[in-house]
Amino acid sequence: MTPSASKASQLKLTLTRRYRFAASHRLHSAKFTEEQNRRLYGKCSNPHGHGHNYVLEVTIAGPVDPSTGMIANLGDLDPFVRIQVLDPFDCKNLNEQVAEFRDCVPTTENVAREIFRRLQTFPNAHVERVRIEETSKNSFEVADEE
Amino acid sequence: MVRVTRKVEFSAAHFYHNANLSAEENRRIFGKCNNPQGHGHNYVLEVTVAGEPDPDTGMVLDLKELKDILEKEVMDRMDHRHLNYEVPELAGQIPTCENIAAMIWRLLEPRITKGRLDRVRLYESPDLFADCTAEAAEPAASQKETDRKAQEAGRRAWRDR
Repeated sequence: MTPSASKASQLKLTLTRRYRFAASHRLHSAKFTEEQNRRLYGKCSNPHGHGHNYVLEVTIAGPVDPSTGMIANLGDLDPFVRIQVLDPFDCKNLNEQVAEFRDCVPTTENVAREIFRRLQTFPNAHVERVRIEETSKNSFEVADEE
Repeated sequence: MVRVTRKVEFSAAHFYHNANLSAEENRRIFGKCNNPQGHGHNYVLEVTVAGEPDPDTGMVLDLKELKDILEKEVMDRMDHRHLNYEVPELAGQIPTCENIAAMIWRLLEPRITKGRLDRVRLYESPDLFADCTAEAAEPAASQKETDRKAQEAGRRAWRDR
């Protein structure tokens, strides 16, 4: 096995994997009055909540291991993302069932930040970007600070 | 600066196997992808060229030219081929998304004479893709240290879960 040429030249490689989860949320902040919440969040503030089919993109970066041709094995990344994010978020009420959103509005900006935080401990590669599609029309991205 | 992206699709077979590892290790690392009979994908390749549009033509580069380059360098080489056996540029490498993207970058980079190659994105499936770009500056030492600590904590947590 010759060392992967990708190591030799000045190329940067990333690998992006897409995952899906469905969850409910309600945009509502205790810092505002009911009237202010309604004005600010509109339909998203409906007291009973609503849900989305979220699509999560996780991008990892790092050297390609010449013996596997991989930045990280999906056999390691998939269970890590499942345990850190999909199991705790899928088919859950984000406001009620994810501790971090007890006092933090689960806008998809905040959900993306929380997921990015949860994935930073991936042992095998650097998670440099997280992108979430809340719907096919809205997406949110968190990455390493420039 | 303007980025121009052209997409092509090719279908190819591959499997993952490292002859330096035992059969057992190959199965453990590569799982189903180690099946020696191979399997295939419909790869989707997006090639992005960046540059200033020529004031006379209004184009960064002639997309017809890019289409011809992709036809010759990518389609002729890989479409309906077995990547392990029929693509000499991948000899000695595992034909993963990462390695194929890097190989395509190396083939295309010298061929792009107007603008410069900005990104090669290769989808193995709609849910998995590799991006190849020119290496950015080294991450700051503090970022590396943060990564190292986070990864160390991750290893511990993962072991003890």
